[in-house]
Formats: sequence, structure tokens, C-alpha cells
Amino acid sequence: MNRKKVTVYGVILVLILAIYAVVTGLTDAGVLNSYYSGILIMVCINIILATSLNLSTGFLGQLILGHAGFMSVGAYAAALFTLRAGLPDSIDFLVALLVGGLTAALFGLLIGIPALRLKGDYLAIITLGFGEIIRVIIINLDFTGGARGLRGIPKETNFSWVYLLAVLTVAIIFAFIHTRHGRAVISIREDEIAAEASGVNTTYYKLLAFIMSAFFAGIAGGLYAHHIGILNPSKFDFNYSVEILVMVVLGGMGSITGSVIAATVLTILPEALRDFSSYRMLAYSVVLICVMLFRPSGLLGQYEISLTRLFGKLSGSKGNKTTKNPASGGEKGA
Amino acid sequence: MGAMLSVQDLVVNYGSIRAIKGISFEVNQGEIVTLIGANGAGKTTTLHAISGLVKTKSGSVSFCDHDLLSTEPHKILGLGMAHVPEGRRVFSRMTVMENLQMGAYIRNDASGISEDYDMVFERLPRLKERRKQAAGTLSGGEQQMLAIGRALMGRPKMLLLDEPSMGLSPLLVGEIFKIISDVNESGVTVLLVEQNAKKALEIADRAYVLETGKIVMSGDTLELADNEEVRKAYLGG
Repeated sequence: MNRKKVTVYGVILVLILAIYAVVTGLTDAGVLNSYYSGILIMVCINIILATSLNLSTGFLGQLILGHAGFMSVGAYAAALFTLRAGLPDSIDFLVALLVGGLTAALFGLLIGIPALRLKGDYLAIITLGFGEIIRVIIINLDFTGGARGLRGIPKETNFSWVYLLAVLTVAIIFAFIHTRHGRAVISIREDEIAAEASGVNTTYYKLLAFIMSAFFAGIAGGLYAHHIGILNPSKFDFNYSVEILVMVVLGGMGSITGSVIAATVLTILPEALRDFSSYRMLAYSVVLICVMLFRPSGLLGQYEISLTRLFGKLSGSKGNKTTKNPASGGEKGA
Repeated sequence: MGAMLSVQDLVVNYGSIRAIKGISFEVNQGEIVTLIGANGAGKTTTLHAISGLVKTKSGSVSFCDHDLLSTEPHKILGLGMAHVPEGRRVFSRMTVMENLQMGAYIRNDASGISEDYDMVFERLPRLKERRKQAAGTLSGGEQQMLAIGRALMGRPKMLLLDEPSMGLSPLLVGEIFKIISDVNESGVTVLLVEQNAKKALEIADRAYVLETGKIVMSGDTLELADNEEVRKAYLGG
């Protein structure tokens, strides 16, 4: 690793810590009330959902319409674990999240083996069906609380945990994509036959990406369950799957930074528009339509906001202040 | 030593349609062998059957004494056979360099790989200029070169080429065929599937003529090029 890279990673780490310090500082000072911190927690959960869906939809190139299904599996598994297992409080929550993630991954494996033989529209329909089946099963089982939902889940999710896990998820998926394995996954999206001819075990990598995707969705579900405290199966319907997909498409399929930005914006936007009450969802839709009209491949397309590139530009064009647009603009790097 | 690639009584069905009706042929080490035939004769299907991309009904395919029909497709490159599929099929949103890296996907000898980048760039200098460009932005001819270069990065003993001349201008076709001959001279055996029979017969040692799933003629390219029927059907009189 060269020195430039170390600097970049250092800066990223500092930024991550700074955001964390600002948010916790503001919460402690009472500026951010529980309404705002609730939104921030949902932002982090949606970031986990969007980046994990981006792995199978953006990088692997398989359209998945049942991501909320995996999330619900994780949410129920984690919640039931904390309610029933009775482990000591200190490790209870983390183990529950892991259980949620692993259960979702197992479902990913079971569904992935038959479903990944199909492509495109067919796979989308199958995953859509899966999401609906899971929801109906949960409604009709006793131990999940049925349609009444599952109550009394300890609210152990706090900003520190979701933030840490969101950062970890993004980091793990980013690192994975930049390995030889990640390139194999992308080559399948580009051309499956050519990937196979280059020696890529396409079945294995499709399944791997799909399972990873389901695992992180399960973790997000566990965090959600322990954030809200009540699980209602109707939350995890087709609409929520589509909402996550919209984040991925809006941010740019195949751009992790794009997913992070889109998940943040699309979680905050409906809340920020609350003042317009009944026009709220109209405005939300207009934003979506405009983005798709003017940037059909999403805000960032395939590009990542890269500090390395930003630094390169800054040192390359000193004195030219106009290019020094902070990365938060969203369109930077495209 | 027997033939490098030997296909015996190969039958392939698409549903109830018999696409390949029991063909046999051989490719010896160091040769360029071409399969020529019109649209729908079963040329591409034959190649796909060899590299495991379609299921075969019966028959056998052996390559360097390995049974290819029981080998998973992604392991075939490891045995030394690289397939350049029809229609180029480069990884269009990856750069030229990344495409070549994917070609060396199964290898982990870093020094050998970097030697082979130089070898590919020397042979295909146009790719060197466009190293950092997305493969999808290359011209058709350059994409075909990239597809060949990517296959060479796997250091194959044998190259399967599926219609490399498709959609290229006559000038580029000449260039691509020159590259194929050069690659063959460097010791890579070639099985070439072509509709452009004239060009294919020029560079190949032997040829098989495929018609609606059957081999109807075979022999030395010089003989075939003189054959009255071949001239009529494929060489324009």
C-alpha cells in the first residue's frame, strides 16, 4: 500500500469519526431530539439495505425484488432470539444480529440455488414471489405473533450500533468488490458466457453475492426490530422492496457511494416534506422522475466518489477554486 | 501422440430439434483447423458443446486426454483451451486492462502474467494505446482483438475462435486473420469457426464443411478450395 492510499484511508476514517462525533455531540446537547435520531437510525439501516442490494443488483446485475423479504427474515430471527434465548444483556444484541444475518443468508442460499438459474425478469418475479410468501407465512405462524405482530422486543439499537454496522457493511462490500472475487462478480454482469470462458465459476459467484446480500439485509432487519420494538409483517411488503431498489437505481447501479447518498436522501426527504402533508408523496415522486429523466443511470452512474481522485484534482489544479467542490454535492465524481 | 482435440459422434438437441447430427473431427497439435458452413449449419453449437455451454445428447469430446463433456465449463480454460465466443463479448464496462486481467483470472503467477500483458500488447499494439479505455467504447475490430488478447492471457494450448470476422470490414478481417496465423505460429493450436470460408481456407491447414448438422466434406484446405462444390457453395463460383 503506498503512502497516498494511507492518507486517503486516514482522511476517510477521520471523516467517519467526525460525523459520528457531531451527531452524538448534538444529541447529547439536546439539539437532536428522539425524532431526529430516529430518522438518522433509519438512514443507517437503509444504507445497509441499499448497499447490500447493490451488490446483487448493481454489481452482479441480477434484479432482485424481494430484499425486504430477507430483511424480515433477519428481523424476526433476531427478535425471537432476544425474546427467547435469554442470553446475558451484554452479548445478547450482537448475537441476535448475527443470528438474523445468518438466517437471512440461509434463506438466500435456499432460494438462490433454484432461482439463480433464471435471469432478468424471471428472477425478479421469483424474488418478488419469495418476499410475498415470507410475509404470508409470518402472518400465519403463531410463534411470530401472526398479523398482530411481535411485541416487546428490547430497544437495544442505538445510533452508535447502526452507525458502526453501516460503516462496516459499506467497507466490507467495497473491499469485496475490489478483490479478484469482486471482479469475477462484475464480469458476470458484463457477460456471463465470457466470464465462464475466462474460468469464473459463475454459479458459485452468483450464489456468493446473493447470500452476502441477504446476510446484510438480515442484519439490517435485526437492527430495525430492535429499533422499533414491534414487528409488523405488513411493513416488509413489496413496496418496501421497491423502495430499497429505488435507492439503488437512483444512486446508480454499481456505485456504493451512490447507494449511500441515495439511501440518505430518500430517507430524509419524505420526513423533510412533512410540512406539505398531502403533497408529500407527490413531491417525492417528482424528485424520482426528475432524477431518472436527467440522470438515467442514477446520480453517480457507476462512478464512486473517490477521495484519491479528489486529491489528485486538487493538487493538479491549485488555485482553481471552482473545482474544489466538496464531495457532498452528490454529482461530484461523475 | 493422438489428436489434441477429438470429437466423436457428437449429437446436440435443442428441445426436439436435432442441431448436430453426429459429427466427428479431430484437431492435431499445432494445426489451424476450420469448420466452415452457412448460417444455421451448427458451427457455433459445436463450439458451445465442446466448451460445455450447451448440453450434448451423446458422443464424446476429449482434449489432451481429458473428457471435456464431464468437465465444468469454467474449468476448461484450466486444461488449456480458451474459447473466444461469437460476437466478441468483451466486458464492455471494464477497461481494456481489466478485461485482460479477467483473462488471467485463473492464474496466479504474477510475473508470468505481466510478461503476457507485454506479449499481448506487442501482438496487438492498438490495445496498448487504449489500455485505460472502457472496452465498450472500442471499435468492432479492436473489441475482437481484445477478445483474442483476453483469451491469450489464459496461456492456452488451444484457441477456439467463433466467427472472428463477423461484422468487420474486409481490411480488418485481413488484420484479424493475420493475428490468428501469428498466434498459431507461436505454438497455439486453433479451431476456427467461420462463415467467411475464403479467408478461413487461406490460413487453415485442414477444414471440415458443416451442413445442417452434418459434416459433408473434409480435407486439406488446398484440396477443398479447388473442389467444385465448395467453390460453388462457399467461395462464390
